[in-house]
Parts: sequence; structure tokens; C-alpha cells
Amino acid sequence: MNVAFFLEVLIGGMLSGVMYALVALGFVLIFKSSGVFNFAQGAMVLFSALTFVRLLEMHIYFWLALALTLIVMIVLAMAIERLVLRPLINQPLIILFMATIGLNFFLEGLAQGVWDNQVHGFELGINDEPFEALRQLTGILVSTFDLVAALIAGTLVLGLSLFFHKTRIGRALRAVSDDHQAALSVGIPLHHIWSITWAAAGIVALVAGMLWGSRLGVQFSLSLITLKALPVLILGGFNSIPGAIVGGLIVGASEKLAEVYLSRFVGGGIENFFPYLLAMVFLIFRPYGLFGDEIIERV
Amino acid sequence: MHRGKGVAIWCGMAMLTVLMAGVALAQQPADPNKEQFVPILIYRTGPYAAGGSGIMGGFMDYMALLNERDGGINGIKLVWEECETAYNNDRGVECYERLKAKGVKGAPVVNPLSTGITYALIDRATNDKIPLVSLGYGRTDATDGRVFPYVFPLITNYWNQSSAKVRYIAQLSGGEDKLKGKKIVNLHLNVPYGKETIPIWDKLAEKFGFEVKHLAVPPPGLDQKSLWLQIREYNPDWVVNRNWGVSCTEPLREAARIGFPRDKMLGVWWCGSEEDVFPAGKSAKGYMTTNFHGVGRDFPVIEEIIDKVYTPGKGNLPVTRAGSVYYNRGVIHGIITAEAMRLAHQKFGVAPISGEQMQWALENLNITPERIKEIGAEGLMFPLKTSCKDHEGGGAVRIQQWDGEKWVSVSDWIKPYSDLVRAEVEKSAAQYAKEKGITPRACN
Amino acid sequence: MVYRESGQFKTTYANDMAMFPITQDRWGLTVIIVIAVVVVPVVASNYWITSLLIPFLIFALAALGLNVLTGYAGQLSLGHAGFMGVGAYAAYNLATRIPDMPLLLSFLGAGLITTVVGMLFGLPSLRIKGFYLAVATLAAQFIIEWAFSSIGWFSGGTATMTLDTPPMIIFGYRIHTPRQRYYLTLGIVMLLTLLAKNLVRSQVGRAWMAMRDMDVAAEAMGIRPLTTKLLAFAISSFYAGVAGALYGFVFLTSVDITAFELERSFRLLFMVIIGGLGSILGSFLGAAFIVLLPILINNAATLFVGTVPTNLIANIELMVFGGLIIFFLIVEPYGLARLWHTTKEKLRLWPFPH
Repeated sequence: MNVAFFLEVLIGGMLSGVMYALVALGFVLIFKSSGVFNFAQGAMVLFSALTFVRLLEMHIYFWLALALTLIVMIVLAMAIERLVLRPLINQPLIILFMATIGLNFFLEGLAQGVWDNQVHGFELGINDEPFEALRQLTGILVSTFDLVAALIAGTLVLGLSLFFHKTRIGRALRAVSDDHQAALSVGIPLHHIWSITWAAAGIVALVAGMLWGSRLGVQFSLSLITLKALPVLILGGFNSIPGAIVGGLIVGASEKLAEVYLSRFVGGGIENFFPYLLAMVFLIFRPYGLFGDEIIERV
Repeated sequence: MHRGKGVAIWCGMAMLTVLMAGVALAQQPADPNKEQFVPILIYRTGPYAAGGSGIMGGFMDYMALLNERDGGINGIKLVWEECETAYNNDRGVECYERLKAKGVKGAPVVNPLSTGITYALIDRATNDKIPLVSLGYGRTDATDGRVFPYVFPLITNYWNQSSAKVRYIAQLSGGEDKLKGKKIVNLHLNVPYGKETIPIWDKLAEKFGFEVKHLAVPPPGLDQKSLWLQIREYNPDWVVNRNWGVSCTEPLREAARIGFPRDKMLGVWWCGSEEDVFPAGKSAKGYMTTNFHGVGRDFPVIEEIIDKVYTPGKGNLPVTRAGSVYYNRGVIHGIITAEAMRLAHQKFGVAPISGEQMQWALENLNITPERIKEIGAEGLMFPLKTSCKDHEGGGAVRIQQWDGEKWVSVSDWIKPYSDLVRAEVEKSAAQYAKEKGITPRACN
Repeated sequence: MVYRESGQFKTTYANDMAMFPITQDRWGLTVIIVIAVVVVPVVASNYWITSLLIPFLIFALAALGLNVLTGYAGQLSLGHAGFMGVGAYAAYNLATRIPDMPLLLSFLGAGLITTVVGMLFGLPSLRIKGFYLAVATLAAQFIIEWAFSSIGWFSGGTATMTLDTPPMIIFGYRIHTPRQRYYLTLGIVMLLTLLAKNLVRSQVGRAWMAMRDMDVAAEAMGIRPLTTKLLAFAISSFYAGVAGALYGFVFLTSVDITAFELERSFRLLFMVIIGGLGSILGSFLGAAFIVLLPILINNAATLFVGTVPTNLIANIELMVFGGLIIFFLIVEPYGLARLWHTTKEKLRLWPFPH
């Protein structure tokens, strides 16, 4: 077995996984603060990326477009909190989950209805070529783009972790995710907190959308990334930020390794469901993931 | 509150029902005899929207040109109705059923714009006597018109196209004997369209002595890293890019990442449009694809469309798309449909055309180089001649290359290995006939 | 006043336990059946029958299965379309590989095979529940999708993977006109609906509802979670399998995995949510709603605005679906069926408000 090739597959997979983890981060944010699993995160990625790209295409200056998109995402977050979350406050979580499925469809339709259904090219200026220094040293090909994405993801994770553990608002968020009633009784404004979290998730969605969009072009298929993020969350734990990254690394590496080395036995295309298979195994033996809190009620 | 809510909901439901009833009753009666209805199955949404909207957009624009410039075909105006299929087989069937009876004599022809939908419609359309035109896609063995009287994979079918690719590679390598020992990867989307050419590639590999490896891309093909790592390990001479939509773009990026030369990638014509290469940015430069028509705006007919249809604002798409690869393909759809209709008028009289009449016309098409020049499509289209036995028309392909800004033709018209392919087509069609209990027609 | 029960006395236990104890209900049902069996085939156009009524019946059947699983037994499933696909491919293989296989036996066999597959994928429900089970069912959906597009054996070896179904022949009669297909579908759906209605009223149904409402208490009462949950998966998969077989043979006349993708699973879930969780009627209402809504939007848009680009219509459709889901979940989580039920309750007292 060619070691260099194996390393390439491994590293390439892990970097792919980092991209998934970026999307998973948005889920974690919302789950951490409200216990809701936001199936609409993929649609938010699409929505934010589409808005940003279309503003750019209208020749609006980059940073202004960025600011405008951020404002749009914040307004969206507040609207979602007001119209969807607040009326459903006391409902079982499964109802909330189904509501976010509906929200996903709604946002997809809105994003494409307002902007359009076409593919939009999007360049961030980062090269998608092998990183020369590494190649000279070891002969392993790793794309510069992937490395930059990993760096961005790492920074985000660091930033969010610090936010949650060192700031007052972060503490409030953790309190809310623990127990709504108790948090309310201490005086934490639930509605504000939720608006903030959804807005933060929207911002993370925008970053993920920009990175994925510059790789694939901004188009409808972006919202399908949700389906890749789910196994990441199961592995990493739903309410753990570093768990999202670790889960992403594991999912990315394992699916690539499985595709490259196992496909000769079972036929190609197992990449799509292999992470889910892994997730199922975890669900049966360790449903709260590697880093999640052990509060899952078992049957 | 509960009561008010219930009342509100029931009022809403009642309004909806009334609305729907009103709409159903208010449907316009059948079109008068001076109009020719054409159904348009299109996908403006979903991962393949660029292709769907581009091709049908071009088609509709050409029909608009005929209406504006000539008042229709021999005075009969063309009218059309869109139905969104989103590349879904069952929605395609539903659209077909909804539109097939519109117009005085029903729909004369259906362009499913999807191999999957074509398959799903073959039985139905043959029963309903409405020809299916799958221009450059669809069921390859339908080329044998004796078994498939109502299916037309016009211009060139997938198997011929693949063989033309082999001829081109042979040209570049310095001769057919140089193909021996070469390694070619068939990177295809794991859907019926993608799998259609697996058998013919195996056959070609057998004949010319090269090695072919089939790698399936799970749809929608957003992330193909593992496949491309396998390609890197295999180290082929050529990679055929047989994808659709976003799965066409990703290979360009992946190839850049592993340093595989873009000019050794040969895409099919469904992976060879501006919308496929733009998102890949610089990685796309040098990429080559096949095509069965010309590219760009430099043709009289395209310029006319821009002039007579877009200037008065009657165009279908943003005008920047006119002249793009998918758009021109759509215009060719329009040209062939119009020519078939003219032929039908000649034989059956100037009136709205039925499916059976259109089927006859499509089987007896002879679009000569002179006629192509008359239409203003010289260089855009290759001459087409169909027959009862040959529902394809004997087209050829060209190779085009992306130079970073636009597509440039880099070869002459390349003819496929028709004899080899025809033998396979007849075998496959005969098998289909046996399974279905169809007696092939005797063509005179 | 219309819907009063007074004056209807039950004199035998059988009468009391009847499925539709109120005479008005029985009349209503008879009218509906008469319309479905006699009036519709005469009055409706071919387009209505082939493109609206047949898919409505088929989806209602599939939604019925999903309702049994999600509405009655409380196990959320996002992979129901995958099971439909299993049914379709199973029916195809049974019909083509076994010579002279009767069509109805193919459908039955398809349902049984899907039952086994469903029970297999339902095993995780014994350890996990709620949202996590939904993820497991997503896994099932993706695995099934992959299996049918990659393993050639299921498709009889053809590389292209879109299979034409063989002609349908029952007792020597060929079923191919729209009306014949309608009757076939209607017959099967009516039979299975009767079965389902009886099931949910029986001990099994009560066990399901107990598991749904409070599973720990149910177990304490002596309801065995293993058999109850697996039975729910089994029954719902059977329905999905038969629905899938009907979809491939009767509606599409071709079997292709793209018709049974994740999008379809979501649509089925929407039918169940909008129609009403835990209600047989709800499955039908939801299916009718989802099947008719795109047509309605299309016609309404054409009526008011003239030619609208189809992508705008498709986007509006997405927004309406999503919006309606949220609306129903907020306002009436038990869907249209509950609304109907409330109306009936009001009718019992009408015109007296209290």
C-alpha cells in the first residue's frame, strides 16, 4: 500500500470534513442555545451565499455587500424567531424539528424566487491548486484552498468557543440551552438570546456559503450540504463546538478512505451513505456523540 | 381564540376551493385553427437549471423569431406552454399528460430534455402516437426506427458521440494503432444518462485495445475528491467528463488540485457550457468538450434573434445568454422542429399538425447544407437526413476548448464509427423488440 | 342538527363497536364510495384520472403507511420513499424473473419484501428515538438509493437502470386504459384502507398510541416495545411497498430510483403533517392537498398574472409548502383531519353554539 497516497486520501478527507464541519457549526450554535435542530441551516447557507453573490454582481463594493448580507441574515433570524419559534415554544422538540423542515423549503423557495435559479460563479481569490511547499517536501498534493478553509474554520471554532465560555452572553446562551425555565427565572431574555443565536448561525452560514460557493459556484445544490452535516453532528455531539470539527474530520476522512479503498469490493458511490452508516453505529452505541452531553434518553 | 382560528381556516379553505373551481371553469376553449401548439418540458429549478432553461429558452426564442419575422410557419403561429419537470421522471410524465392534448390536434412533438423522462415516456408516446425528440440524448437504440417508430435521438446519439471521442483521441495520438495500451477513465454521473455509454466504451476498448475504467459519481456530485484521488492513482491518459449540472464543474477543480491537465479532459456535450465552467474559474482553462453545433453569436440566425426578439423585449432569458452553448442547442431544437413542420405542411396541407403527421415528417427530414445556409445557421448545424431505419440523422461532432473567456472550436467535424455503433444499436433494439413483443416495421 | 346522533340506539355489541357508528357517517361514506367507483370514471377526463386521481390514491396509500408509523406509533421516519422504491423494484423483479407470475401476487410479494426490509431498518428504533431515529431512517433512505443505482442485479443487469414495467395482466385481462388502471388502484387502496382502519382500532393500534404518548409508562403497563415498534415498521413498510409497486407499474410504467428520492420522503411527511398525524382520513386529505396544490398554484398564477415563468411557480410552490407546514404546526398540529373533526363536532350542535 502506497503510504504517500494513503496520507493524501486521509488529509484530503479531513480537509473535506472541515468544510462539512463549517456547516455543522451553525447547527450546533442553534442546538446549544435552544435545543432545536435546525434543518433549515442548508437553506440559510444558500440564502446567504445567493444574497451576497447577487449583491456583488450588482457591482456593490465587497465589504458593503458583506455588511448588507449580514444585516439581511440578522433580520431573517429575528423574523424566524418571532414567527416560527415563539408560537411553538412549548411544543415537543419533534414538532420544532418538523417546523424547521418546512422552514428549509420555504427559505429555498424564497432565496431562488427573489434572486434566481442560475449558477453564479464566485471567486474569493484563493488558489485551488496544490500547495507547492508541501508538494516539494513530501510529494503529497494538498490544495491551498482546503488549507485556507481549514484555517478559517479553526479560527471560527476558536472564536465561538471563547465566546461561549468567556463572555456574559455566552454564559447566558449556555444557561438557556440547559433549562429554559430556569434561565427565564434568572432574568435572561429568551427571545433576545434566540435572535442572537440564529443571527450567529446565519453568519456562520454565510462563511460556509462563501467557501463552498467559491468552490462549486453558488447554486441550489449548496443546500444539499445539510445532508452531509448530519452525520458530523451525530459523531461529534449536537451541542459541542469542537465536536463539530472532530466529527467533521472523522466523517470526511472515513468517507474518502471508504470510497477509495472499499469501493473496489462493493461498487462505487458508497461515499453518500457511508457517513450515515457510521452515524447509525454511533447512534446505537453512543448517541450523544464523542463530545456531546450525556442526556439522551434511551428506550 | 380557538373558534376564531377554526373559522379563519375554514374560510381560507373555502376560498381556495372556490378559486380552484373558478379557475377550472374559466379555462380557455380549444385554440383556433391558425395556431400550432408546442409543449415545452423545461427545468428552471434544481441542480440542472442552467441547462434546462438555456436550451428551452433558445427553442422558445427561435419560435418567437419565426412568429415575429414570418408570422409563424406558413402563416400558422406557434404557441407554447411551459411545464416544470425539475428533471424528475414523474413530473415529466405528469407534464406530458397535461400538455399532450392541447391544441387543435394535440401536441405534435415532445422534447423531454432528460434521458430518464424519455425512457418513462416511450411506451406512452408510442401509444398516443406523439413523437419524442431526444436531440443528442435519450435512448440510444431508438436510432433504429423500425423498433422505435416514435422516438428520435436526432443528430447524434450517445454511442456515436463516444466513438467520435475515440476517433479524436486517435487523431491527437497519431493514429488508431496508437490507442493500444492507453488508459481512459469514464467519469459518469450515477443516473441512467450517465450509465448509458458504459457498454459502448467497453466495446470500443475491446476493438482498439485501450483500457477503460468506469467511475460512478453519486449524484449530485458536489464532492468528488475520493474519485479524483482514485484517478490520480490510476494515472489515465484521458478523462471523459460525463456529468450534468454541478457535477460537471467539480471535476475541473479536482483536476486542478491533483494537477491533471485540463486539456486531457474530454467532456460530453452536457458538460460543455459556460455555466459549467464559470464557477470553476481559472481551473477550467484548457478543458475540452464535444459539441454537435457551433458556438457563439457569429451566426446570422442568432444575430437575428437578438435583433428581432430581444430588442423589442420578447426574449426568454437575459440577453447575455444568447449565443451560449445551451442556448444555441435550443435554437437547433427550434430549427429542426420548424423544418419538420414545414415538411409536414408540404405533404399534409397548411394546418395544425398532428403527432402522426409530425412523425412522418421527422422520418423524412433532409436538411441540406443549402437550406442551412438559407436559415442562417451555416456552421451552427451539420446537415441532417433521417429515414425510417435511421432516426438519428447522421450527425457529426466538433471539439471545443475553453480558453478562459469563451469556447473555441478546435477541430473539424468528426464523424463517429457509425458501422460499429449501428451494429450494437441494432442488437440492442432487437432485444428490446423481443422483450416487448414488438414486430419491427419493415422500412421501404 | 344535521349531524345529531340522538335517536340512534345501539342494541347489540356489534353495532356499538362498528367502524362508523353514526348513520350520517355511514351515508357519507357510501356516497363517497359511489362517487369514487361509479361517478368519477364516467365524468372525469383522462388527464384527471391518470395525472391526478391515480397518484392521489397511490400517495394516500403511502401516506397511510407513514401515518401508521409516525402518527400512530410516534416513530418519525424520513426514509419512507426508499421503502416505496424497494416495493417498486421488488415487484419488477418478481414480475419479470418468475415466469407467469400473477400481477397481484407480485404486488403482495413486493409488500412482503418491503416489510422485511422495513423491519431491518426499524431495528435501531429499539435503542433510539425521536430525532435520532429520523437520522437513522435517513440512513436507510440513502442506502436504499445507493443499492438500487449501483447493484445491477436489481435492475436485471441493464446498465441504464430505467426499467420498463411489463404489461399488467390480471386473470387474462390486460390493464392499460386509464379507467382500468384507476379501478385497480382504487380496489387495492380501498382494501388496504379498510385493513388499516381496523388495525388502528384494535389492540395493536392502541398499543402504538400508548407507545407514542408515553413509552416508559406503556412498557410499565406490559406493552412490549420490541414487538410493537417492529410491527409498526412492518405494517408501514408493507403499505409503502405496495404503494411503490403501484407507482411503478400503474402510474409511471417504469421503475427508476429517482422517483423515490429524499424529496419524495419529505413530501410524504408533509402529507402526513398537513393531513393530520394519527388519522386515516388525514392521510387522504394530506395526499389530496399535496397532489393538487401545484396545479392550483399554476392555474391561479396563470389566471391572475398571465404567463408566469415556471421557475417562479416552482419557487412559490416551495414557499407555500414550507409556509403551510409551519402554519399547520403552529395552528393545528393535528392537521386537516382535526379541522374536519372539529367541524363535525360543531355540526352536532349547530345551530346552537353551546
